[in-house]
Amino acid sequence: MNTHDIAVIGGGNAALCAAITAAEAGAKVVILETAPKPYRGGNSRHTRNFRCMHSRAVGPLVEAYDEDEYFDDLMKVTGGKTDAHLARLAIRNSEECLHWMQDHGVRFQPSLSGTLSLARTNAFFMGGGKALVNAYYRTAERLGVDIVYEANVTHLDLEIDRIAGIDYTHGGQAHRISPKAVIVASGGFQADTDWLARAWGPAAENFLIRGTAHNRGVVLADLLDQGLQSVGDPTQCHAVAIDGRAPKYDGGIVTRLDCVPFSIVVNKNAERFYDEGEDVWPKRYAIWGRLVAAQPDQIAYAIIDSKSLELFMPSVFPPLKADTVGQLAAMMGLPADRLCKTVDAFNAACGDTSGFRSAELDGVGTTGLTPPKTNWARPLTDPPFYGYSLRTGVTFTYLGLKVDESARCRTDAGPVRNLWAAGEVMAGSILGQGYLAGFGMTIGTVFGRIAGREAAAYVN
Amino acid sequence: MSTDLIQEARRQAEICNACRYCEGFCSVFPSLQSRRAFADGDITQLANLCHNCRGCYYACQYTAPHEFDLNLPRALAEVRRESWERFAWPAPLARMFHTHGDRIALAAVAGFAVLFMAIRALGSAGGEGFYSALSHAAMVAIFLPAFLFPLLSLAIGVGRYWREVAGSLPHPRDFVAALGMAGRMKDLAAGHGDGCNFEDEDRFSHARRHAHHAVMYGFLLCFASTVSGTVMHYFLDMPAPYPIWSAPKLLGVPGGVLLTIGCIWMIVLKRRADPDLADVAAQGGELAFIALLGFVALSGLAVYALGNTAIMPSLLALHLGSVLAFFLLTPFTKMAHGVYRFAALVRDAQSKRTERPGSAKGA
Repeated sequence: MNTHDIAVIGGGNAALCAAITAAEAGAKVVILETAPKPYRGGNSRHTRNFRCMHSRAVGPLVEAYDEDEYFDDLMKVTGGKTDAHLARLAIRNSEECLHWMQDHGVRFQPSLSGTLSLARTNAFFMGGGKALVNAYYRTAERLGVDIVYEANVTHLDLEIDRIAGIDYTHGGQAHRISPKAVIVASGGFQADTDWLARAWGPAAENFLIRGTAHNRGVVLADLLDQGLQSVGDPTQCHAVAIDGRAPKYDGGIVTRLDCVPFSIVVNKNAERFYDEGEDVWPKRYAIWGRLVAAQPDQIAYAIIDSKSLELFMPSVFPPLKADTVGQLAAMMGLPADRLCKTVDAFNAACGDTSGFRSAELDGVGTTGLTPPKTNWARPLTDPPFYGYSLRTGVTFTYLGLKVDESARCRTDAGPVRNLWAAGEVMAGSILGQGYLAGFGMTIGTVFGRIAGREAAAYVN
Repeated sequence: MSTDLIQEARRQAEICNACRYCEGFCSVFPSLQSRRAFADGDITQLANLCHNCRGCYYACQYTAPHEFDLNLPRALAEVRRESWERFAWPAPLARMFHTHGDRIALAAVAGFAVLFMAIRALGSAGGEGFYSALSHAAMVAIFLPAFLFPLLSLAIGVGRYWREVAGSLPHPRDFVAALGMAGRMKDLAAGHGDGCNFEDEDRFSHARRHAHHAVMYGFLLCFASTVSGTVMHYFLDMPAPYPIWSAPKLLGVPGGVLLTIGCIWMIVLKRRADPDLADVAAQGGELAFIALLGFVALSGLAVYALGNTAIMPSLLALHLGSVLAFFLLTPFTKMAHGVYRFAALVRDAQSKRTERPGSAKGA
């Protein structure tokens, strides 16, 4: 194991792009993936597209999406919390990524049904992110990259301005290797509940983790402890409202619940707490992650009636169903009298619903209700009634390693000569807050390739 | 109907419908995504649309050890086989053979025995060529019922299928669409055209598609050869044996070669594929059926090649015996999949033509 030029820590999209690029440049590469093979690929296995700049229709992408529009979209979601130089680097390089990905086994499909709004900006992987990950592992193996699953890296040995060695365990044995260069692509720390709890308090215990259980931030913490420069808000994570019955980890895409705009949402005391109809769901699902996190026991309940059941994507688990609001309350463990009161008050505040339009802001709102519901407010009157529980689902954390445009990491004393980072572990440089659909995969692909190229140039 | 198998497939389909990442792979997913709830007939239709290419399995983020434990290719394969057993007429025969390769082998042996006895008891009645071993009249007496019975049985079966999947009177365009899909085995090519995942985990390859082409077109050529012989015999007054430059031979020899190669290739591929992604219970039945079909082809070629030697009558008995077993077992073995799959493709084309597109999409 000491014959490798480059060790890549992590096994998702960024790690694979780095490993493939370095191997094609002639370097001998090993991937140290902490997950077992069925769970390889980190959060990439849950993704479905990447956001791609293009000047004309190309592959699955229609029309054009230029650098400035892309950058503006990023500025909107991050509120300006981005490193403009690195962001533009990612955006500009995204265009050629499409071809590179195809050349390395990734296949695309037209924008999925229900996601037509993304047909211009995001290229969808056929079969989703796990198919992409599979293709990259095949390509990497063909290029002679060695892959070690269940390799838990515990420590990178920083000697002033270079990594002198890597400690990891595998099969119950401790190992140490000393590759000439190291690429860290090991994701965020969201699966480490204790770490989350340090930022969020005990509420974090009730958060669900949408992606891999293996992003525990072990390498990130080790490097930060040794003085590597960081970026991103250490107390923040990207969180959305998901089905409360989702598994603790790896629930992925299917646990999304798109019912909120057509619901009333109450907390465990059967009280409403926010305007469910404030905006279209793609612009509000992330806000609701935080809203639910702020409620007692970090749980909420969305209630609709039969009028609205088919207005949103089917849920992975069927909703609870009852003929009366009181019965539904009993099924959901809510105080029935209070839920009935809340529903009655809401229904009384609804007005003319003839202008109801499910696909746009229709202005059908409540009057005299606190908090109001400003769109899609139709009284819950038509049985059966349906209920979903909502919990906070964490997507990723923002804290990461600071890198320069060559993806190299640094300490306060300057660059670390043989250490690069790519993917979620450095995405906080560009995504300071919020999220832009498909941008994580763009960052991973662009900076994975840069890291692979730079590391290979360093060792050759 | 096995409610357990249908229910398990429904559970999985509901998860797929909330994910939709596999939309581009094959016909199953657009069909699945066109509804929010799945009646039993919907599950049957999805099962018969599925070609077990396994692309969705290897792409799936929810396969075991994930607690959702998705294995859609297997769930649909089990529903599919169970549906063929249920639709078949008489159904008990289908239950005897789909999952019992040994019984298929026994049926072939019984076929051999019948033909050996027929040759011994009935003989040539003075015919030429193959008819010197068994007369034309005797062959017709044995094979006409053996040919018509499976046709009747399959017609009843596919009628039952059509009712369960709530099909209406199909339009000729639906047949054209289905022929286009089946003729190219498009559902084994995947949406990206790289083929399916079969013999080597998640690697895409056209091996299975091409092997299936060899079997299907080889079989169709052999069938055309038989039809041409029948036409020449009855309508053109040209009884066998036929020379090499004649329709029966020009169709039959390449057909037999293709079919033989295709069957061997298919068996090799199936033995390499992960059995857990298919209907494990039917694996023996499938392999035995393919072996029988391959034997039909190979023995046919042997009879032709060695037609002027002393072992011809024995080879003829083996060949015709296997043909007899193959014909009679057609509605009760994997061979039946051809008509059900085709019916499913016709039904799918019909749905696409008549149902409002995107009727079950999200907001």
